[in-house]
Amino acid sequence: MTDLLYARAQMGLSLAFHIVFAAAGVALPVLMVLSDWKARRTRDADYVKLSQKLAKGTAILFAVGAVSGTVLSFELGLLWPDFMGQYGEVIGLPFSLEGVAFFTEAIFLGIYLYGRERVSPGLHLFSGIMVAVSGAASAFFVTLVNVFMNDPSGFVATPDGPTQVQPLVAMFSPGWQYQTAHVLLSCYQASAFAMAGIHAFVLLRHPGAAFHRKALSVALPLACVTALLQPLVGDLSAKHVAKAQPVKLAAMESHFETERGASLRLGGVTVPKALSILAFGDPDAEVKGLKEFPRDTWPPVPKVHAAFQVMVITGSAMALLSLVTLVLRWRQKAWPSGRRMMWAWLGAGPLGLVALEAGWLVTEWGRQPWIVRGVMRTADAVTPVPHLAAPFWTFTAVYLFLGVVVVTLLKRQVAGTMPDRDEGPVTGRGVKEEDAHVH
Amino acid sequence: MSTEAMLGFVMAGAFVLYALFGGADFGGGVWDLLAFGPRKAEQRTLIARAMGPVWEVNHVWLIVGMVLMFAGFPRAFAALSVALHVPLTLLMLGIVFRGAAFTFRAYDLRGYAAERQWGLVFSIASVVAPLLLGMCVGAVASGDIRVEGRVVVSGFFASWLSPFAWAVGVLALTLFAFLAAVYLTHEAHTEGLREDFRARALGAGVAVFLAALGVLLLARGGAPRVWEGLLRSPFALVLHGATAVAAVTAFALLWTRRFQWARLAAAFQAGLIVLGWAASQYPYLVVPDVTLSSAASSTSTQRVLLVAVVVGALTVVPSIALLFRVFRPRPEGNSTPGPHA
Repeated sequence: MTDLLYARAQMGLSLAFHIVFAAAGVALPVLMVLSDWKARRTRDADYVKLSQKLAKGTAILFAVGAVSGTVLSFELGLLWPDFMGQYGEVIGLPFSLEGVAFFTEAIFLGIYLYGRERVSPGLHLFSGIMVAVSGAASAFFVTLVNVFMNDPSGFVATPDGPTQVQPLVAMFSPGWQYQTAHVLLSCYQASAFAMAGIHAFVLLRHPGAAFHRKALSVALPLACVTALLQPLVGDLSAKHVAKAQPVKLAAMESHFETERGASLRLGGVTVPKALSILAFGDPDAEVKGLKEFPRDTWPPVPKVHAAFQVMVITGSAMALLSLVTLVLRWRQKAWPSGRRMMWAWLGAGPLGLVALEAGWLVTEWGRQPWIVRGVMRTADAVTPVPHLAAPFWTFTAVYLFLGVVVVTLLKRQVAGTMPDRDEGPVTGRGVKEEDAHVH
Repeated sequence: MSTEAMLGFVMAGAFVLYALFGGADFGGGVWDLLAFGPRKAEQRTLIARAMGPVWEVNHVWLIVGMVLMFAGFPRAFAALSVALHVPLTLLMLGIVFRGAAFTFRAYDLRGYAAERQWGLVFSIASVVAPLLLGMCVGAVASGDIRVEGRVVVSGFFASWLSPFAWAVGVLALTLFAFLAAVYLTHEAHTEGLREDFRARALGAGVAVFLAALGVLLLARGGAPRVWEGLLRSPFALVLHGATAVAAVTAFALLWTRRFQWARLAAAFQAGLIVLGWAASQYPYLVVPDVTLSSAASSTSTQRVLLVAVVVGALTVVPSIALLFRVFRPRPEGNSTPGPHA
């Protein structure tokens, strides 16, 4: 592997790892605040426990997300010094605002996690809401940077770098509405599906467990709503890509020849004219094929195509399951609890994260060979530092280790809620979990 | 004042705050590693309790400083990313292991042995990270990083491995340990713990003095530009005088057990050391090839950044004030704020 490939692999690995925690950092506070609020209203011990468990999960995932995010902010410079050296100023504004959001998130998470006994119930709930709002704001701002890299605006490019910089124009580069909405929804969707999957898993073994029934009832509404909204937003996003980045669209669809009334190929099935409808809302619209563009501006077609297929198939599966769930909910006046549905939700548990990672890969692979599309090539931005294999393998090992630890810790948190276990295990510091109470 | 000077000042401010809050935080890890005596376990509990609610916030200052640098002075950021690739990568590893281990320690349910294992990872990372941070600062100030156009021509190792850079690393480590010890004297809720950390603070204070002396002596050969800056500019001289006064005051207040005031004086001392460094290398960002104005981004970006800083300050400052008010030390101190929730 060349140093450029190692650099790309390290950046990709770091982002793939960080995204999981970032998504959880956006969504778990919402679920945590929802259960906290339910606990206050119903005075139900299970909801109290649920909000505590979710708070612990948030604390673990947020900490790993914060450190891996710090690593990313260094890596931008360490791996792509010329990108940051030239375009750092153009995209500095959303990064700065993301810093502000990250700040308030960390502050109010500190108050929420450690302050239950020290602040009024109102301030406590307010802190939780602030965590949720800052998490969403932070994801919003950082996605704007990616929007810029895909479709840059707000400057005039010269061989010496950008001039006539307009930071506000750059911050809201074309298509920002679609991509930010798509990303934010995917964070909520991925986390809600993962949570639903975990509790469905326990319910299959302990069908009566009231705690897990309630937990599922908190996760399912968010999961269903986001899974049904996502295809609509995704469609708007795809239409924007079709207009602004025709090469990326062609790679997504592995579409080589320009044609009118282009058909859509999905998991071996061909739907006539569907691609033209998907891309331009017109069955006879012309879709440009890859052969229209110079060979050296093609993204890696098989990878982009595969990732796109994975995203669309998992997304459709989740939407379908949500539709079935909502119909059953409407007919039975209760969230479905049959074994078959539990198996379905268990199976769908990882799909949100799979779709999130796949969608991100579509965007990033699809932008290649550019780091800033049309302006700077990835190969021209890479650091001159040699032996990039060393940091790549080091960080691979570190992230593997951290991933295993996080999964183990979260598993223990869930294990503590099993009906056949004693309630409220003692934590390492001798803090009993039942200490915390409803105010 | 030009926008780049204003932005440079704000950036220096972010680094001062990182040295104070992040520094005290790193120092807490140092004292976790060096915990000894009859109250060893209580010392570690006090450190974990003082840091728990605030450690993540303390480290956001680094991000703020970094963002201001790459948005406000992108060419300096690029040059440093290349010249200091190796120590910054190692620093990142330190930051990852430190934060992860601190959190895992609190949420690992397997009891004392697991807690100690994570504690060890946390405390070792807390020693290595400030050392590397100081070495990077030393490299920046030394003049050993050479940039021609956009290309770093001085290699990837020599600048940060010089004796001067090592000395700055040791100064950072001792300074952070000193800050943490002084901070913890005021956080401690028993007489014994207070005395433990008073002794550590006095010891670390002496170590800071020796390390600073070492840096000064090595600066003559190792960082000629800063050596000149230290002595020539009258503004720098005033800063150094003020630093000396703050240091002596902090020491005297510790000696006479006025811990709350000692904490303030120590914070002044540490802040003035960082500002003194910034002032002595002004107008250079990376001595001797990159200045504030040669690395500055366009005026439109710099103006927008200053607005963002104001917006950020209006959001963040009241929130931080609330955070520290909620977790200010209580005289009884028997209610342990563990991560209950």
